[in-house]
Amino acid sequence: MTTDLLKVRNLKQYFPIKGGILGRKVNDVKAVDDISFEVKAGETLSIVGESGCGKSTTGRAILRLDEPTSGEVEFDGKDLLALSKKDMRKMRKNLQIIFQDPYASINPRQTVRQILSEAMNIQGVVPKDKQEDRIKELMDTVGLGPHQIDRFPHEFSGGQRQRIGIARALSVDPQMIICDESVSALDVSIQAQVLNLLKKLQKELDLTYLFISHDLGVVRHISDRVLVMYLGKIVEIADKKSLFDNPKHPYTKTLLSAIPVPDPTVKKEQIILKGDVPSPIDPPSGCRFHTRCPFATDKCKNEDPELRTNDDLMASGHRAACHYIEEIESGEMQPHE
Amino acid sequence: MTTTNSIIKVDDLQTSFFTHKGEIKAVDGVHFDVPAGKTLGLVGESGSGKSITSLSIMRLIESPGKIKGGSITFNGEDLLAKSEAEMRDIRGNQISMIFQEPMTSLNPVYTIGDQIAEAYQIHQGKTKKEALQKAVDMLELVGIPSPKARVKAYPHELSGGMRQRAMIAIALACNPQLLVADEPTTALDVTIQAQILRLINRLQDELGMSMLLITHDLGVVAETCDYVAVMYAGKIVEYADVNTLFSNPKHPYTVGLLKSLPRHDIDQEELEVIKGMVPRPDELPEGCRFAPRCPFATDLCRERLPDLEDLGEGNQVRCWIHTDQWNGPEVNVKDDYRSAEST
Repeated sequence: MTTDLLKVRNLKQYFPIKGGILGRKVNDVKAVDDISFEVKAGETLSIVGESGCGKSTTGRAILRLDEPTSGEVEFDGKDLLALSKKDMRKMRKNLQIIFQDPYASINPRQTVRQILSEAMNIQGVVPKDKQEDRIKELMDTVGLGPHQIDRFPHEFSGGQRQRIGIARALSVDPQMIICDESVSALDVSIQAQVLNLLKKLQKELDLTYLFISHDLGVVRHISDRVLVMYLGKIVEIADKKSLFDNPKHPYTKTLLSAIPVPDPTVKKEQIILKGDVPSPIDPPSGCRFHTRCPFATDKCKNEDPELRTNDDLMASGHRAACHYIEEIESGEMQPHE
Repeated sequence: MTTTNSIIKVDDLQTSFFTHKGEIKAVDGVHFDVPAGKTLGLVGESGSGKSITSLSIMRLIESPGKIKGGSITFNGEDLLAKSEAEMRDIRGNQISMIFQEPMTSLNPVYTIGDQIAEAYQIHQGKTKKEALQKAVDMLELVGIPSPKARVKAYPHELSGGMRQRAMIAIALACNPQLLVADEPTTALDVTIQAQILRLINRLQDELGMSMLLITHDLGVVAETCDYVAVMYAGKIVEYADVNTLFSNPKHPYTVGLLKSLPRHDIDQEELEVIKGMVPRPDELPEGCRFAPRCPFATDLCRERLPDLEDLGEGNQVRCWIHTDQWNGPEVNVKDDYRSAEST
C-alpha cells in the first residue's frame, strides 16, 4: 500500500501589497489560494501551469522558504508548519529542492567539494572522515568525474552545474526532492540527460519528487500524476494518462492544445484563448478561468467550482474543478464565440 | 538549394568575435536562402550561432565582433557592401526584426503609439498625424483591444503578450519584405505563444512577407516553418523542407535532437540522449564539429570537416555518412541511432 508522504491542506500564500505614505497593507497577491493535495511515497507528482499560477510559490511554501499564510503541510506524519525554525532546518534533510537556475543557486566561490560537504556538515549526516568518499560517490552518481571535485562552478557547463545542484540535494540522503523548473534552463540535448538521470535516481534511491514545470512534454515524461494550477487554484488533478488522454477542465484542454507538436504532419485542433491571465491581486470571482473560458456562464461568474470527479467519465483519482464537466463532454454545451 | 526566387541569400557568412583569448568563430561559413513568401526556421541550441547569424543579416554586430567574410544578398544587392546610412534605410523598412524579450527592446519612456509612428514616419516620409493613425491601424491589425486608447499606453502598462504584439506592430508598420524573428515566443506562456504564432502566420499570409525564424523549439518549427536549417557550433549541418526534416532527418545531430525531445502527445519510456555537450567556441574540434558526440563517428569524421552535401530537391546535409568517401559501416541514421549509442 502506498502512503502519503506529503499532505497539503488548504494551503494559502498571500503576499501583502503595501501602499500609501504609511506603508499600510492595501491588498494581497493571492499567489496560492486554498489548495490541497497529497504526494505518495515513491511517486512523481508534477505541478504545471503558466507563469503566475502559483506553482513555484507552492513549492517554496512547503519548504517554508516563504512562510505560508495559512494551511497545513504534513510531511511523513509531522506538521511542518508547527516546527520551530531549528527543527525545520533539520527537517530539510529529508525534503530538498533543486532550482531552475544552476548559475544562481550555487555559490560561485565554493568548489564542488565545499558545496557538497557544507550540506553534509549542516545536517550532520556523514562523519568528516567519510565525506571524501561520499562526495566522490555522489559525483559518480550524477555523472561527474572525481577529478572535478576541486573545481569552481564557473568551470562547468549549465547541464553539469545542474548536476552539482542534484548532487547537493542528494548529499543529505533526502526522502523527497522538490524540483522547481529544474530542467527549464537547459538545452534539449542536455535536458534529456538530466531527466534520465532524475528518473534513474528515483528508481535507485526510492525518491519522491514534486516536480514543478511549465513544460508539459517534460511533465508527461517524468510524472506519475499531474496537477494543473491556474491563478493560485488547482483546476485539475489526475494520473498522467488520464490527464493527457482525457483532460476534463477547459483550461487543461487549452493548455494541451496550445503546445506546438514537433511533427509537421500532425494537424491538431488548436483552442486559442482570448486575452491574458488576470491579475492574482483581484482574481475573477467564481471560477477564476471564467474570463477566458469558451464555455463560461453566469454560474461560473458567481460560484467557485469544487474539485470533483464523475465515475462514468473519469478514472479514479481524476478530479477537475468545473461546473460543466458532463455538459461539455456530452456536447450539450458548445463553446461560444 | 538555389531557388530562383529567394528573398535573401546568405553565402559563406563568417562572423567572429576577437577577444583576448583569440578569435571566436561564432558563425563559420553559413549558407542558406529564404524563399520568397516562405518561412525558414534556423534551429540550434545555445551557442550554435543562430542569433549571431540573424544579427549579421541586420548588420547589428558590434565590436569585438566583426563580419569577416561572405555575402548577404537581399533583393540582388549585397548588404555587407552597404554603408551604415543605407543599412539604416533598410532596417525596419525592408527588413524588420523582433526579439525575444519585448520589454528590453521597447523604449520604456515613449508610448507604444510613438514607437510605431517613429519607424513609419522616418521610413515612409509621412506626417506625425498620419503616422499616429497608422499606429492605431497597426495595433488593430495585431489584435490589441481598444487600439485608440492603447496607442497612448507605455510598455509597462501592457502584459508580456501585448508587448510582443506591439513589437510586431512596430516591425510590420513599414510592410517589410523580410521579418527576422529571434525567439519571438520563447519568453511567453504557451497559451500566449499560440496566440502570437497564429498572429504571425496570419500576417505573413496577408502581407506576403518572408520570414527567418530563429528558435530552439522544434515544436514551433514544425508548426510555422516551410524550410529548416539546423545549426551546430557555427555551421549549418542540415537544410531541408520541414516535412523531410521531421520525417527523414539525415544528420546524426538532427536525429539526436528529435529523439531527445520529451513530447506531450506521445509516451516515451526513456529519452535518447546526445552524449557530451556542445563544444566551446574557442575549442572547436578538428574535423566534423559533432564528431565527439556522434555515435557513428569514424577517424575520417574526427580528421576532416565534411562539406554541405546536396541530396536533391534542395535538401542538404553536412555529414560523411551521406558521401562516397564514407568508409565506416553502413548506417541508416534514424533507425540505427539507438543501437550505435549503446555500443
